[in-house]
Amino acid sequence: MAEIRLQHLAHSYSAHPAGPEDYAIREMDHIWEQGGAYALLGPSGCGKSTLLNIISGLLSPSHGQVLFDGKVVNELPPEQRNIAQVFQFPVVYDTMTVFDNLAFPLRNQGKSEEQVHARVQEVAEVLDLQRLLQRKARNLSADEKQKVSMGRGLVRDDVSAILFDEPLTVIDPHLKWKLRRKLKQIHEQFNITMVYVTHDQLEASTFADKIAVMYGGQIVQFGTPRELFERPAHTFVGYFIGSPGMNLVDVQPERGGVGFGGIHVPLSEALQARIAQGGWQRLQIGIRPEFIRVWDEGFEAALHSERVHLEDLGTYKILTLLLGGQTFKVRLPEDRTVPEGTVFISFPAQWLMVYADDRLLEVKP
Amino acid sequence: MNKVQNNKAWWLVLPVFLLVAFSAVIPMMTVVNYSVQDIFDQSSRYFVGADWYRQVLQDPRLHDSLLRQFIYSGCVLLIEIPLGIAIALTMPAKGRWSSLCLIVMAIPLLIPWNVVGTIWQIFGRADIGLLGYTLNAMGISYNYASNTVDAWVTVLVMDVWHWTSLVALLCYSGLRAIPDVYYQAARIDRASNWAVFRHIQLPKMKSVLLIAVMLRFMDSFMIYTEPFVLTGGGPGNATTFLSQTLTQMAVGQFDLGPAAAFSLVYFLIILLVSWLFYTAMTHNDKQG
Repeated sequence: MAEIRLQHLAHSYSAHPAGPEDYAIREMDHIWEQGGAYALLGPSGCGKSTLLNIISGLLSPSHGQVLFDGKVVNELPPEQRNIAQVFQFPVVYDTMTVFDNLAFPLRNQGKSEEQVHARVQEVAEVLDLQRLLQRKARNLSADEKQKVSMGRGLVRDDVSAILFDEPLTVIDPHLKWKLRRKLKQIHEQFNITMVYVTHDQLEASTFADKIAVMYGGQIVQFGTPRELFERPAHTFVGYFIGSPGMNLVDVQPERGGVGFGGIHVPLSEALQARIAQGGWQRLQIGIRPEFIRVWDEGFEAALHSERVHLEDLGTYKILTLLLGGQTFKVRLPEDRTVPEGTVFISFPAQWLMVYADDRLLEVKP
Repeated sequence: MNKVQNNKAWWLVLPVFLLVAFSAVIPMMTVVNYSVQDIFDQSSRYFVGADWYRQVLQDPRLHDSLLRQFIYSGCVLLIEIPLGIAIALTMPAKGRWSSLCLIVMAIPLLIPWNVVGTIWQIFGRADIGLLGYTLNAMGISYNYASNTVDAWVTVLVMDVWHWTSLVALLCYSGLRAIPDVYYQAARIDRASNWAVFRHIQLPKMKSVLLIAVMLRFMDSFMIYTEPFVLTGGGPGNATTFLSQTLTQMAVGQFDLGPAAAFSLVYFLIILLVSWLFYTAMTHNDKQG
């Protein structure tokens, strides 16, 4: 068990990286604390798996260091890092039985047969594999194989961390939920650091206490699911998390706030002061569809938007509006009705985020 | 449900039927025909039943060459399969060197049998051959034309030189088909190199190995040209293998009846042994 620290870590697959675009991982500092359940969330090709392979030692980073409990492990091969990793596609040793598969990492460690037996039984029970222990691994179904594959990761109880690389991709949807619960239970039971890579926000938020969102080779935000939802630190987090994603609109600074397409959006003085510091290439405001207020009647400060269409998704409705030439999505409860034509809306100041060059402008309250 | 009767479809099968008949069934039946009759010419032939078979199965000359043949094929498999696997494991996986290796490995496979025989015939000669001359100059007495052991070793080495590449290339293709993630998982599980070979590489190579074993068994069991060119079956009968004995019988002595009976026995032996290999190597797959 260990705390995993990444220091000035960067990685490029090319031998002579010319610019930042050649880096799969851009320089980052990050700490995974001992015993945490973390998710690494991001779209395909954002560097999640690269980062995971660097932690486990399958890849050696081109810059920076990986530290386990303060000790640099860059030079250690995976077999000496004492780490478990579960891959996206099930890896089983075909010729062995399920029991031998699960026992394999323990036997390689030189554990006594008694210990092996006890531990394998324990893990088999957790993963519901007891019935299959004497079967040859090659004859299992894909999700049974993946359970065996996960079992090999869980069977060593002295590992520094368990890394999961999208382990549930090949699993049936109804089993996915069950297995995720299992992992969570195992985490609570053994208190092992777990890092779970996924591109599915639901999977990430049900498994993890804290989620690291990766985008373009960087961790753009690290926080609880709620923080990611309420205060996205990066436009990508706003757009990637939530359904539909955050409304993001390019704006120009104006006296007393910002504006776009003839619409004025007032901002707090603190924010105005931050914007005035200037030097930004791009200024955007962002507000989640859940947080846009829709009013039945107009009032002085209300924004007059035009209804484009209303989709009923069964459990909620999505209203599409046109405001200042920009499209906004609003998420409404199922029973809410909206008149045709003009819709009066407002942006509650507490949920209105301002992004400068894609990063959230923070102001001290 | 009403079945549509359309017998015209049979015409579509006819070309294949004819092809198989003329290329396999009819020649085969001709051999069967010869094996149960004593034929002098069109008009005088006599049915002899199993006589030719009885004669062939009791012929000590055939017993000897059958034994030699089994020892020879056994040696070929025991050397070429492990050696081929070892070469495949050491070949580089990618890059310029792997292409070079593949080309070098493929060269022996492109040389015709009788040329291989001729190459080794000259290579091994004590007076002008590089190998023979060098060995003798080093004080090692070597003459494949007069010494039985030398002749055997030369024929075996020649076969290994000629065909190990095939095994190596097959194994190489099998190895390349293993996804990297298996090796990664094995490293995470702290598997030793031997365990990686035993539990990942070998099982994943099994299907190509089966092909390699069968091909090498059948080919070596039917070997004819190379020893014929190299040693002519000598010294004495030391390297006279089954197909050469058969040729002597059929073409040399014109004993078509016994030769036909013997051909069929020969064919059945190959079929039986191949089946045994196949069954032995695949029976594990069926176990749950």
